[in-house]
Order: sequence, then C-alpha cells, then structure tokens
Amino acid sequence: MLYRENGQFKSSYRADQQILPIRQDRIAMALLLLVAFVVVPLSAPEYWFRAILTPFLILSLAALGLNILVGYCGQISLGTGAFMAVGAYAAYNFQVRVEGMPLIASLLLGGLCSTVVGVLFGVPSLRIKGLYLAVATLAAQFFVDWSALRLKWVTNGSDSGSVSVAGLQVFGIPIESPAAKYLFCLSFVVVFALLAKNLVRSNIGREWMAMRDMDVAAAVIGIRPVYAKLTAFAVSAFIVGVAGGLWGFIHLGAWEPAAFNIDRSFQLLFMVIIGGLGSIMGGFLGAAFIVLLPLLLDRLPAMLGIPMSTAMSSHLTSMVFGALIVFFLIVEPHGLARLWATAKEKLRLWPFPH
Amino acid sequence: MRQLKSFAFAATLMAAGLSGMANQAQAQAKEQFFPLLVYRTGAYAPNGTPWANGKQDYIKLINARDGGINGVKITFEECETGYATDKGVECYERLKGKGASLIDPQATGITFALTDKVPNDKIPLVTLGYGLSASQDGNVFKWNFPLMGSYWTAADMLIQHIAKKEGGFDKLKGKKIAIVYHDSPFGKEPMPLLDERQKMHGFELVKIPVTAPGVEQKSAWLQVRQQRPDYVLLWGWGVMNSTALKEAQATGYPREKMYGVWWSGAEPDVKDVGEGAKGYNALALNGYGQSPKVIQEILKHVHGKGQGTGPKEEVGSVLYSRGLIIQMLGIEAVRRAQERFGKGKVMTGEQVRWGLENLALDQKKLDALGFTGIMRPLSTSCADHMGSTSARVHTWDGSKWNFSSDWLQADEQIIKPMVKAGADKYAGEKKLTRRTPEDCQS
Repeated sequence: MLYRENGQFKSSYRADQQILPIRQDRIAMALLLLVAFVVVPLSAPEYWFRAILTPFLILSLAALGLNILVGYCGQISLGTGAFMAVGAYAAYNFQVRVEGMPLIASLLLGGLCSTVVGVLFGVPSLRIKGLYLAVATLAAQFFVDWSALRLKWVTNGSDSGSVSVAGLQVFGIPIESPAAKYLFCLSFVVVFALLAKNLVRSNIGREWMAMRDMDVAAAVIGIRPVYAKLTAFAVSAFIVGVAGGLWGFIHLGAWEPAAFNIDRSFQLLFMVIIGGLGSIMGGFLGAAFIVLLPLLLDRLPAMLGIPMSTAMSSHLTSMVFGALIVFFLIVEPHGLARLWATAKEKLRLWPFPH
Repeated sequence: MRQLKSFAFAATLMAAGLSGMANQAQAQAKEQFFPLLVYRTGAYAPNGTPWANGKQDYIKLINARDGGINGVKITFEECETGYATDKGVECYERLKGKGASLIDPQATGITFALTDKVPNDKIPLVTLGYGLSASQDGNVFKWNFPLMGSYWTAADMLIQHIAKKEGGFDKLKGKKIAIVYHDSPFGKEPMPLLDERQKMHGFELVKIPVTAPGVEQKSAWLQVRQQRPDYVLLWGWGVMNSTALKEAQATGYPREKMYGVWWSGAEPDVKDVGEGAKGYNALALNGYGQSPKVIQEILKHVHGKGQGTGPKEEVGSVLYSRGLIIQMLGIEAVRRAQERFGKGKVMTGEQVRWGLENLALDQKKLDALGFTGIMRPLSTSCADHMGSTSARVHTWDGSKWNFSSDWLQADEQIIKPMVKAGADKYAGEKKLTRRTPEDCQS
C-alpha cells in the first residue's frame, strides 16, 4: 500500500535511468544516509564504532570490490586478502616514506598499486577460468604473504614484520576519535558504492556481465575478453586495495601480514556468495551477516543468562553460524540481496497479491 | 513468504541483540573489573587454555579467600580471540567499555595493534614474557609492561646458556646456531638480539621460518638436516612446538641440542611426543608444580569447592602457573595503587598504571603471597617496565620437566642500548617525547 509506484511517471530518459526509480526508495535511501551520517555519529557508543560499524563498513567495501570481479565478471578469485594487503602495505609505504603525504592520497595510491598487482594476476584469466582460475589467484595470496613476511622494504625495515601508523589526519582534521574514523570510512564506502553502481550499469558493466554469462558469445558480438576481464580485475583490485588500506590504517592501526591471510580471502568470498553475487547491495548484506552475526551469537548465551564456558560458546557460534550459512544458501541460493529483492516485489503488490 | 518471515525474524533478532549489547557495554561495574582475553579454540588452544584457567582461578581465589582486594570484589569476563588480531581488537573494545583498568592480550600480534590504542584509553597493557621487547623503556612506552622478560632477554639467556655449555663465549666462534621460528611478529622479535650476539661472538645464525600455525615443518627440518647446526633454537607456540619435536625426532636431530623459548616449554608441547622429546630443553620463565602454597590454596579454596576452571590435574602446570603470576601481578598492581589512591576503592587504568610502575615484590612479599619458588622478586620503576630478567632452563626427561640450570640473567650491557634505540625509533616514528620525571609521579 505504502510501497507502490502508482502515479510516478517518468517523462525523460534521465528519470527512467536513475538508480532508484521509485520515490519511496529515494526517500528511504535519503533517510538511511541521514541516519548514517548524522544520527549514528551523535548517538552510537564507542564500542559500536570501533568494533562493529567500522569493520563492517570496511569489509563491505572489500566485498563490493570482490563482487565486481566474482559477481559481475564471473572470475572467481581467492586472492582478495592479497589485494587488501597490497593496498595496505603500499599505502603504508607512501605514508612513511613520502614526507607530508596526505592520508587520502596514500590510500588511493595504495589502491593503484593493488590495481597493478590485480591486473598482473588477472592475466592468467585470459586462458583459464572457473575453479582453475581460483587456484591461480591463490598464487597471488601466497606471493603477497611471502613478500610481506620476507621483503624488508615492504614493511619499511620493521624487525618483526608488524607495521603501524599514527597521527592520521585529513585537511588538518585528526582521524582519531571513533566517530571520525567511522565517518571517514563511511564517506569512502558511499563514494565507492555509487561509483561501482554506475560502473556496473554502464557499457563496461554490461561487458563484464556478458563475459560472465557466456564468454564465447560475448567475444562474437564484439566484446574484447582481454579488456573486459582485465578491467574487472583492475577495478576490483583497486576497491579491495583501498579497503585494505582502510583496514590497516583506520581499523587496526597496527597490523602484520596475518591480518590479510587466506582466511580473509575466504571470508570475503563467503560474504559475496551469501550476500548475493552480482549485486552492490549484496556486499553490504553479506558483510553484515559475516561480521555481525558471529558477534551476536557469541554474546547470545550470556545475554539470555545461560552460563556457558568461553570455549563452548565459541564452538557453538561456529556451529550455528555454519548451519545458518547452509540454511540461507538452501533457502535462497542467490543470496540475501535476492531475498531483499523478493521482499520488495511482494511489498509492491501487497496487500493484493496475484 | 516463509523465507521472508524467517529473514525478518533473523533481522529482528540481530537488531534486538545488538541494541542489548550496547546497553551492556554502557553499564559500569562497581567492582574492579578484569577483562580476560583468551583463546580456548583454534590452533593455539592447547597452550592458551591452561594459561587462561590460571588467570581465572587466581581471581576466584582472591574473591573466595580474601573477599577481593581490600574489600573490592573482582569481576571478570572472558572474550575469545582465537589468537586473531582483529578479533582481539574487537574483544578489547567490547571489554574496555566495562571499566577495564588493565589488559593482557595473550598474543604478540594483538599487542602490536593495542599498543597504539591504550594510550588514548589510558589502560595499561601487561605483556608478561611476550610483546614488544623495546617497550621495557617506560619513558617512551608509558602504558606497556613486558613484565619479567621479553624476547630479547629470552634470546640472550639462551645464547649465554649455550656459551656456558661450550665453555665460554669464545668457543662460539665458527659454531652454527639455527633458529626455527613461527613466521609472525612473535617469531621475529628475537632477531635483532641474535644478530647482535652473532656479530659479537662470530657464530653463524641460520634463520628457518615456519608458516603459521606451524603444522607444516617438513621443509624447515630438511634445512636443519642439510645445515647440521650445532644448536637449534625453537621459537614456537601451540601446535608448532610438538610438531617441531616430532620432526626433530624424524630428522634425527638430537633433542639435547634443542633449546626452546619459554613459550615452547610447557606440558602440552612435549606430552604428545613423550619419550621422543626426551632431552629437549626450554627456558622456564616461572616455577610450577603443585607444592607452592598458592597452588595449595587454590586447590583448597577454589577447586575444593567445585569452583575451579579446567581440570584439577592441570593446576600447577607450567602455563597455568604463568597465568597465576600474570593475574597476581595485576592484582598486586591494584593493591599498590590503592595504597596511594585510597584503600577499598576501585582503581582506574591510570592508577593501576602507577601501581604497575611501582611494584616492589621482594622475597618476603612473595612468600606471603605463596609464590615462593614460582617466581623471583620483581621491582619495576618508571624507566624499567620489566622488573626482572631471569629465567631457568629446564629439560624434559620423557615424563616431566626438570630444572637443569641455575637462574640466568639477561646481559644488561647488551639489552639496554638496544631497548633505548628501539624506543627512540618508536618515539621518532610516533613523534613522542620522552616522559619527564614529573610525569612519572602521575
């Protein structure tokens, strides 16, 4: 009843092509942004900023990046952690080696370095695909892990391989308080989500999807596989690299190569699969599921007043979480984003379904 | 529709739960609260569990026997980190909100991440026997406390012990010493000191990394077989240790020539290998066994009343005792702070920091606490956040550990300049200035 587009007519191509064609959606999005940018920074407690919202935003960004590669272009990658690490370590090097390097510039340059590495490791995708490619991208993971652990200049000569950053600021505003960190990440995420959304709606996005759906047919109608695949790798690695920089700089503050190990790659791949392949929204839902749910499950016995040992509740969390993943994938193999879309469809018809 | 319902249900549950979390975090405890970061699951659980049990049991003992610290009850909450840095940061943020005044992250990686956070939150970071070696310098690292020892002191003592065995430092020339280490900040921390000692005495140092968590060591031990080092230092943790001993057995490397750091010398490391680990040596940072008075008290007041954490047989094991010591030092720091800031009051992080900086545990005090034979006297100061640097070597005889050396002491002449240089480098990177004498009194 409330969520219906009756009477909303579009009289120009511009209006027809906007991201959110339904007025209610636009209002909801505006409200969401208002809450995210104004209400949350004013009201949320510190724990939320530091342990829930900031990691959620950064991993959403990484999942968004990975989704471009896996969801839109169909190139399965297990090297996401590596691209994050490249972004983080490169940004770190720019930050410490170049005097007076602005924070945003070093993060973006870190993303660019990640792009280069991403394209390099994307080259095999021209010859191999599917699971074989996934294994090939593992090479990126191992190579980056190895170089972060072995090559002294990657960690700026740190004895232990652990690096840290301090005194972050943008235009003279210190990024120290939890709310400032959150807003900083939020701005990145909003800008990148908008860019990504527009990118996948444009001709390049359609090329990626054509590649994903049937690469031979796509090549026949004039899409260059080299260009399409490598741009997907490049864009994806760039976004993932920036997310890596944010993870190291903003969330952890000090990190070691283990922060970007293979587990991180798997975690992000699960986010994309559970969130919804080929959907910008999916990255966010997947990140919410993977980041927030274990936190909640971990606390649930204590909140319900059930005495339980730490080890037991931790094991239980893994079990319930695993079961939930299976459950969701059986109920909706296309991920949470698809559930959301179905819900919206139903709402548009409600209360008169046909 | 059913799918939708279940999804909506899950979403509501999540929202409700998360808001509950926030409320919980805001509630401030009126008792002295100790956050306990633990890992009872994952690859490091065999070693992390007794450690965590010891910490908890000591709190329970103080509450049950003494009714808290001068009447202030102690509360605690555990948070599972799984030895992962990001999980550790989450735990820290969660428990910080409950009025934490001291934190022991139990992992070198988490220590690195928290080192930059604790000065803002004014919570002292106790890293007993691990963490950042340079943080001994309290003039730069105001909030870090690597009590009793760091990886530099450990490495130094091991080299000293080996030199003694060989008959003097001059005999080390031309010898080959390999270090098989966990390839993480934990395993790499001792390297600067070993490099320094290598330059001084002219032995050859062979560095052999093992990828975390350390169950895959075939290639590492192949290198040991090729290089035939005179000694092997083992810098492992968790499953890595027992795997290394099994590999040494398979390679035929004499266990008598192997020396572990104090994180590689507890019961879980050798028990599974049993006879195969016979002759293996490791540093012992602390004493252990069921005879010390404090252990007896725990058996009586905690385990005797069915309140114990973990199995009874484990009480008094190496890592369990280390957990006791960490918790005792934390509680003694609170007690010391109360002497200055008011007895029977809840101490803040800043006050506990002062307590940690002014610990003076002489033999008499240790006897009174029941820690005779478990640890040596320890006294800290504003400049020295470590307090003492001694440890012993113990050797596994196939069924139990036996001490095989006198107390060793790290060489101040070597450690001091390295700590100062490390701290200066850190201060330079972070644009910190050294603390003034007035600041020490705060």
